[in-house]
Amino acid sequence: MGNVIEVRGVSKAYGGVIANKDIDLNVADGKITGLIGPNGSGKTTLFNSIVGFHPIDGGSIRFDDQEISTMRVQQIARLGLLRTFQQTRIYGKMNCVQNMLISIPHRKHRFLDMFGHSTAADREKADSLLEFVGLYGKRMLPAGDLSFGQQKLLEFAMALMNEPKVLLLDEPTAGINPTLINGLIDRLKRANTDFGITLLVIEHNMRVIMNMADTVYCLAHGEILASGAPEAVQNDQRVIDAYLGAH
Amino acid sequence: MIATNTNERLLQIAVLAFGLIAPFLFPAYIQQIALLWIMILFALTWDTMGGQMGYNSLGNIFFFGAGMYICAVVQIIVGGYDVGEYTAAFGAIKVDITDTQYFTGLFIGLAAAAVGCVFLSIILGFFFFGLRGPYFAIGTLGIALAAGELIGAWRWVGGGSGISLPLYPGSDIFPGSADEEGLFFYFLCMASAVATFLFFRWLYKTRFGLALNAIRDDEEKAEGMGIHTMRYKTVAWACSSFFLGISGGLHGNIVHFIEPLEVAFPTITFGIFMVAMSLLGGKGTLWGPILGAVLFHVIKEVTWTHLLGWQWVALGLIIIVNVVYFQQGIVGWLMERFPERFGIRVETDATAQGKGGAD
Ligand SMILES: Nc1ncnc2c1ncn2[C@@H]1O[C@H](COP(=O)(O)OP(=O)(O)OP(=O)(O)O)[C@@H](O)[C@H]1O
Ligand SMILES: [Mg+2]
Repeated sequence: MGNVIEVRGVSKAYGGVIANKDIDLNVADGKITGLIGPNGSGKTTLFNSIVGFHPIDGGSIRFDDQEISTMRVQQIARLGLLRTFQQTRIYGKMNCVQNMLISIPHRKHRFLDMFGHSTAADREKADSLLEFVGLYGKRMLPAGDLSFGQQKLLEFAMALMNEPKVLLLDEPTAGINPTLINGLIDRLKRANTDFGITLLVIEHNMRVIMNMADTVYCLAHGEILASGAPEAVQNDQRVIDAYLGAH
Repeated sequence: MIATNTNERLLQIAVLAFGLIAPFLFPAYIQQIALLWIMILFALTWDTMGGQMGYNSLGNIFFFGAGMYICAVVQIIVGGYDVGEYTAAFGAIKVDITDTQYFTGLFIGLAAAAVGCVFLSIILGFFFFGLRGPYFAIGTLGIALAAGELIGAWRWVGGGSGISLPLYPGSDIFPGSADEEGLFFYFLCMASAVATFLFFRWLYKTRFGLALNAIRDDEEKAEGMGIHTMRYKTVAWACSSFFLGISGGLHGNIVHFIEPLEVAFPTITFGIFMVAMSLLGGKGTLWGPILGAVLFHVIKEVTWTHLLGWQWVALGLIIIVNVVYFQQGIVGWLMERFPERFGIRVETDATAQGKGGAD
């Protein structure tokens, strides 16, 4: 099975801070890839580079065998490569259903589709995805009134609504009640198996990563420190050192 | 979005009935009520940008003035005059056009004003939609101010001395009426405000409304989700401009004489009223701007007659109280007060069960 995302030699600096240096990373089609690393190691920066949120300083990013490193955010999103935000971003004054309905895939949209009405199929899908993440009862509330964890779940449901090929999740379990994490892991896995979405997941929670990922990359100080099967990376002495403070 | 459907239907009928009867009931106030319809149109079109989409344009008045001038120029041309000669005569020309020429000129002029403003908004959007927040507000304010100055220096359209428009001919549309011209323009103003309302009411119910709100709540997120944000923003401004252009064309003909600073691009009066009315009624709602326009206009006219000299103080007070204590506006306040009536509710697990089905 091939790689749906291939990152080659990507670097990104903010002023003097080198956030990513010469990163190589593959996301295998249909799999779950994990990305770990201490705070400030450059994980979110790499996500931003992949989805076109900012221009990169050098290197190449290919999605589905197409160079995307010079494309703009919307174009990349419409190709089917989507991300969620670490800080969670939803449309706060709109209710959950509206948040879902405007998250339909826009890649097929032509000019006149702007003036179309949401279809019954859209509504059904919105409802069933809200049910899927456990927000059905709250669906008429303004999304901004939900708790942080609930907003995370809503953002995840919105991403699924968009039917992406690949979804980049930035710390999906951060702020989620520990007792709900198992349920969330299960949902993430189902997004992968049932909906066929390839996942690239940033996580600090090792249990989550070990439970889900097929391959794991570890970043430290902006560079890839180790990669491979989850157990191998977890037991890698360099990874342990990086996490235990030597930075 | 207001309460139930029957309530909204009743409200519509009441407003419509008032609009149709008012000019015959209060013939002395035809012009003021006509202006009220224009104010409603102002508030509705401003709210599309500022309320629904979160782009606080302070320059929407530009399209009012542009429409006014486009309409006037077309009317002169259709009347068979050379625009330069016509304006150079400062109204001294004995305008001699047929009734057909007048009405053809007026309607082609209004259409040209609408289309011309759409065109202008697309060009301006291309440059100004890169600006966000206060930069967009001040940038658009600059457009309106600059337009006033530029037109003032443009001799062909009369410069600072303005243009006197062709006069309304006698006609038999309202036989026996004392103020035929007043009625004629009154109903055109009312029709354009009603059309604006119906258009945006429809628009907000389509995906377009959702996209506008998404841009307002978090434009970067909307981009990240693949929404064609530039397309939506451009079309939204184009729709606003379309109706504003028409209102400008009508207003020019009602006042007969147009000039750039006070009449066509009145940035600190009409240009600010648009914003104030939407905020007062409740921005981002359909009926809020209408309610705001009615209240604001009535208070403005009443203070004008009874509190002369204090009018600006009164209007200023309304704006201050609104912005400091009452930012959500009247309809926004109602929505906070009675959320259930606006469909904001939590469902118990019992009612939620059995729906959807994935989990
Ligand atoms: N917009 C920015 N401007 C300047 N510096 C930035 C910016 N974003 C990130 N950085 C810097 O780049 C480095 C990497 O940050 P990044 O957010 O990618 O880390 P991260 O691995 O996602 O960390 P965390 O686990 O805390 O989310 C940090 O040193 C950070 O200070
Ligand atoms: Mg991060």
